Amino acid sequence: MISVLTPLPVLLPLLGAAAALLVGGRHPHVQRVLSILVLSAVLAVSVALLLLADADGADAISVGGWPVPLGIVLVVDRLSALMLVVAATVALGVLVFAVGQGAADGDEETPISIFHPTFLVLIAGVANAFLAGDLFNLYVGFEILLTASYVLLTLGGSAPRIRAGITYIIVSLLSSLLFLAAIALVYAATGTVNMAQLAVRLQELPDGTQLLLQSMLLIAFSIKAAVFPLSAWLPDSYPTAPAPVTAVFAGLLTKVGVYAIIRTQTLLFPGGALDQVLMWAALATMLIGILGAVAQTDIRRILSFTLVSHIGYMVFGISLASQAGLAGAIFYVVHHIAIQTTLFLVAGLVERQGGSTNVDRLGGLATASPVLAILFFIPAMNLAGIPPFSGFIGKLGLLEAGIADGAWQPVVLVGGGVVASLLTLLAVSRVWSRAFWRPPAQSPADDTFDAAASDAGPELAPAPPPDPAQQAEPAAEKEPAGPATGGRAEARRAAWERHTAVATATSPSTDGLGEDDPRGPSLRPLPRVMVASTATMVAVTVALTVLAGPLYAIADRAAGDLLDRTPYITAVFGGEEVP
Amino acid sequence: MTPTVALPVIIGGLYAAGVYLLLDRSLTRVLLGFLLLGNATNLLLLSAGGPSGLAPILGYAEPEEMSDPLPQALILTAIVITFGIAAFLLALIYRSWRLVRQEVIEVDEEDRRIARRSATDADEIDPDHLAPEDRPAMHADTLAADEDDEDVERRLARHYSGIPSDDVDLPPTRGRRP
Repeated sequence: MISVLTPLPVLLPLLGAAAALLVGGRHPHVQRVLSILVLSAVLAVSVALLLLADADGADAISVGGWPVPLGIVLVVDRLSALMLVVAATVALGVLVFAVGQGAADGDEETPISIFHPTFLVLIAGVANAFLAGDLFNLYVGFEILLTASYVLLTLGGSAPRIRAGITYIIVSLLSSLLFLAAIALVYAATGTVNMAQLAVRLQELPDGTQLLLQSMLLIAFSIKAAVFPLSAWLPDSYPTAPAPVTAVFAGLLTKVGVYAIIRTQTLLFPGGALDQVLMWAALATMLIGILGAVAQTDIRRILSFTLVSHIGYMVFGISLASQAGLAGAIFYVVHHIAIQTTLFLVAGLVERQGGSTNVDRLGGLATASPVLAILFFIPAMNLAGIPPFSGFIGKLGLLEAGIADGAWQPVVLVGGGVVASLLTLLAVSRVWSRAFWRPPAQSPADDTFDAAASDAGPELAPAPPPDPAQQAEPAAEKEPAGPATGGRAEARRAAWERHTAVATATSPSTDGLGEDDPRGPSLRPLPRVMVASTATMVAVTVALTVLAGPLYAIADRAAGDLLDRTPYITAVFGGEEVP
Repeated sequence: MTPTVALPVIIGGLYAAGVYLLLDRSLTRVLLGFLLLGNATNLLLLSAGGPSGLAPILGYAEPEEMSDPLPQALILTAIVITFGIAAFLLALIYRSWRLVRQEVIEVDEEDRRIARRSATDADEIDPDHLAPEDRPAMHADTLAADEDDEDVERRLARHYSGIPSDDVDLPPTRGRRP
């Protein structure tokens, strides 16, 4: 059973991408349905794999039927199956969001015939990285997902995206080259790239050689995971991409790097030679990342910096190298994938509603769209680690593991973690109070449109409305508000205009805009598919809280497997002597 | 076969040249640097396979005379990946040229904002003079009085002038818009 299911998370998206590319040009509807079906199937397969792996332990298949150390091996254990489930969930949520956005925007700017196949290839790469049983296949998985991400990040080819994309691509290329060079050296030292075999053979090497190989792999993965000294690329490149792309990047791609760090640290180099280095890197990542977030005013940049900061928590858990620490790190990865993706989707909705993601230009969103306010509030509090939510549970697990370690360094990190958590609360509550509760800011038109365009790329910025009458017509065509929602929308518009009137009365209005031009596009109701998919993702993050007990138990068992190492090795070699 | 010193020397030379080119602001040189680094890594993989031997084809050579086929397979994969990404990078560079008439790595937004701030003392800042996104809360309501984008660009250009760039004589910042 498991041998049939294991290749599917890689195979299905790849075949789906080919099919989506074929039908894309002429039948965009078929393409949308196809990619959603494919990702749903991947999700179902991943859940089945998780149940099987949790019941029976790790299992491996060798692709093409080659005897084990020779061929390509795909390994499913609790960790990789859990990662697959979360990845497939957020990918599906983001895809539905993207379909909703495409339907609402009419797809003029985003070439959707490219978006869907590339997105599926990205998921195939992520799945391949999670399942890879040898280092080189892990490299190939990384390259698949990175190449897809290059295309997604520069989608549309506008100037800010090209600029951000170039930074991202060059940094990613450098880390890939380091990874490849590390593979060459590992092969030269041991004569294999199979991870189960490496787990045995690397132990026989001299300490210095081990340390060199470990640090090369660690640096390569730390660039991908955005651990502090190697994280500067992230807040610069993520915010410019379209909302669904940023969401899936922020949720998944850095976590693939974290997954690779977990794998190499536990399976290949269990000696803990670099744990101290990792610990201080974790502290620096947490604090410097969150200080960056506090200094920002753009929601997407704030979220990008909190993303960097919270990678520090995971690295902290890994560096403890105890079962409690690893379990906390794994649970935190799961929580953070879901929460970060959700928050970036909400940022996309905020941009649609308010015409900008800059908190100084936003205002009155709680009046304009109460649903959006709820959708932002729940994951934001979850991110900051306010008690009932999964963020609190994950942080608590990590902090407990740090205290239980007994040494003084983890206690310092526990302090750093608490500070970072408080500053996260500060950063998100600034967004909350400014963007949602202030009366709407009356910024001059040239500020809004120019700056929003340079922040976000032309397709996301609202077009300057030259004529309110023209503006209203297509909006009404695209969004046929039902009779039930009509009354509510009217009430909202009235409330908004009251706010606007107050704001214009108390501030010197220099823009010369008429009173009936209160930024028409912002008042459009949000497309329902986008709101529904975001709401589903918020529900998923809440479900993580509700299901935290069983989930934490799985994470704990996965951590036990990782520290034990034998389940992985026996799964690959079937209990025989490792050659 | 005796180990040769030629391969390590070539690998080292390629890495050095590749890193040097990668540090340039010109995108074409960055691309060339990436290609050199890719070739250096491929050679490293090749040398990881141990001493050379006959082609690893069954029936052509005895197993003990063969060279190790696995690194060759890995190199082929790596070459394909490098090739594809180099093509994509070239397309990006061309696009960048079409858009802003230059192919250098631009100064990023954060550096621009810091450069805008750096000339003033924090206590003397009039919020009206700040870029809208830098103003304190509730101060986004007024026009920016005097935008000195040109000054900022000039300062940035001076700041980055020491960094070698392509021989196309363009400032390292935004440059001409088409």
